[in-house]
Amino acid sequence: MNKAAQQHMTYRQAVREAMREAMQKDDRVFLMGEDVGRYGGCFNVSEGMLQEFGEDRVVDTPLSESGFTGCGIGAAAAGMRPIVEIMTVNFSLLAADQIINTAAVLYYMSGGQFNVPVVIRMATGGGKQLAAQHSRSLENWYAHIPGLKILTPATVEDARGMLWPALEDPDPVLIFENSTLYNYEDAYSGNGHTVDISTARVRRAGSDVSILTYGIGLHKSLKAAEQLSKQGIEAEVVDLRVLRPLDNETVFASVRKTHRAVIVDEGWKSGGISAELSARITESLFYDLDCPVERVCGAEVPAPYARHLEQASLPQPQQIIETIQKMGGIHG
Amino acid sequence: MATKKKTPAKKKSSRKSREKEQKRHLLHQMIRIRQMEEKAYELYTQEKIRGFLHLYDGEEAVAVGVIENLQKEDSIVATYREHGHALVRGVSMERIMAEMYGKLEGCSGGRGGSMHLYDKETNFFGGSAIVANGLPMATGVALAYKRQQKEAIACCFFGEGAVDEGEFHESMNLAALWKLPVLFVCENNLYSMGMPFELAESETDLVTKARSYKMKASSVNGMDVLAVLQEARKAVAYARDNQQPYFLECRTYRYRAHSMFDPERYRSKEEVQEWKKKDPITTFAEKLKKEQLLTDEELQHINREVAGEVAQAVQFAEEGTDEPIENLSQFVYSNSKN
Ligand SMILES: Cc1ncc(C[n+]2csc(CCOP(=O)(O)OP(=O)(O)O)c2C)c(N)n1
Repeated sequence: MNKAAQQHMTYRQAVREAMREAMQKDDRVFLMGEDVGRYGGCFNVSEGMLQEFGEDRVVDTPLSESGFTGCGIGAAAAGMRPIVEIMTVNFSLLAADQIINTAAVLYYMSGGQFNVPVVIRMATGGGKQLAAQHSRSLENWYAHIPGLKILTPATVEDARGMLWPALEDPDPVLIFENSTLYNYEDAYSGNGHTVDISTARVRRAGSDVSILTYGIGLHKSLKAAEQLSKQGIEAEVVDLRVLRPLDNETVFASVRKTHRAVIVDEGWKSGGISAELSARITESLFYDLDCPVERVCGAEVPAPYARHLEQASLPQPQQIIETIQKMGGIHG
Repeated sequence: MATKKKTPAKKKSSRKSREKEQKRHLLHQMIRIRQMEEKAYELYTQEKIRGFLHLYDGEEAVAVGVIENLQKEDSIVATYREHGHALVRGVSMERIMAEMYGKLEGCSGGRGGSMHLYDKETNFFGGSAIVANGLPMATGVALAYKRQQKEAIACCFFGEGAVDEGEFHESMNLAALWKLPVLFVCENNLYSMGMPFELAESETDLVTKARSYKMKASSVNGMDVLAVLQEARKAVAYARDNQQPYFLECRTYRYRAHSMFDPERYRSKEEVQEWKKKDPITTFAEKLKKEQLLTDEELQHINREVAGEVAQAVQFAEEGTDEPIENLSQFVYSNSKN
């Protein structure tokens, strides 16, 4: 039996293996970011890669997010395939100019002459008592931008399989890795196969309600679905996987089947992906719905440090359960 | 205050006693920081303090030497490694500890934690946890003071890693261009997380760099509290009197991991030991003993006194209250009601 089959893998290892494989396969690929080399990455994702690939391909950068992200964009436009790692989404705000004002628009603005095949990876999310400046889920906000593709791997398989197609994609792809998932471990038998980066996936089938979610929300939603099942409510859990472009088809198929939708997102409601999904469902499936679309999202506050306050600000499985129990026509 | 009529001998002895008092005060302040940080470390391992925790051990002489020169009206903008700055600025150890516990009695009401200590009372504009994020802020504070024709200056602390960021350069230029009274204090502890300073900067002479903005600048041994005190005195006076920015590099070293845990692959244990030989507290205490300004008993007394302060701060934090969850959205906006 192949060694890769049946093995267990952490999300962290999955990302690392994906990067190693890409570097082995394609000389144009290199990794660049703060502390990715000697330090092994601030979440230890790239540990050992400097030793394996050398300083030209695993590049420790100064604390210059705008500078090195822009460098990655320029290098991509000129024929390389950089993987830029930004420690967390919070620091990507310093690079937002390069991502939004260059990467997202260069192809369009140049009339289809210069494309930007860069991959920018970053950690996202809260829940670790890191307070307001270190706990954001801004993938939502990047998903607002035409020209970017936004991936949110929530499983080991996706963490392992999304990177290569992202590198092959001719346009800028941002990958958001929820930092609470790095230690998450799961059986992995994907054998290094890639996965598509265009569709949502049904992670749990059900007939009573569709939970639409991504990232860490998937894990909370699956927990809630198990509980609900004991009460006779079968929730279908859809992992969006890609926040831009959204896969309407999979989402709509699920909602058409269950006639109820609840969206779970640690990000904020206002102007977020939950608002977008809710609008799309109402626009297209209004007459299929048995009750209004519900949302379980992060409280609209900057993240507080105190644990009890932070936990209260984030969606919890119990909240998902209670929301669903109260939905019109649901009976467990 | 010395009066003019005192005899030279008396003058000398009162100067000597003032000097003794001041030096002991500096030592006391550094020991307060050290002991508070050591306790914070312990409390983190007990999970009483959570999140990130960036300790200041080894760098005490910088905060103490600089802040000693500030006036009450002056402001401080600091980073996530700011416990020491808050403490010597006058935020009580109790309120700092309570903040690290996430309690309502903390100096940021438990919303900020270790990285975000704030105190309006002492013009402590806090700990920002985004590298270089405080520099434009400090520049703006100085702009306000200048417009308001105040005598006050803004004092901004940051690590050498901030020098890599665009915000550093933009702020340096603005402050010099607009002639704003900011003191930029770069705490050069040689590493920004795992990144060695010399691998991050093409020009490692920070004074040269600052001067390229036509800013007055100097560099000082940040392990020597008296050297920092004297250099910062000149810098503060220059910024205040001339309404101009000043860049001060303090060469120092962080003893601990960047945050609580890091594999420290980027430096050797020997290097850390070498720096510990230059410890700002032990070397200064030795110096005072040699100058007969301090006895072993007196040093022990200071240590005991500070240990008492730390114990009391911990008790205060332990007895602190959790903010009711209903108040979660208070302070999102200035006029939020609940
Ligand atoms: C803009 C930004 N990038 C990255 C980080 C992550 N980070 C936090 S502290 C730090 C190192 C900063 O080093 P330095 O400025 O020298 O200060 P020190 O920690 O040594 O006191 C890094 C990279 C951050 N907080 N903000």
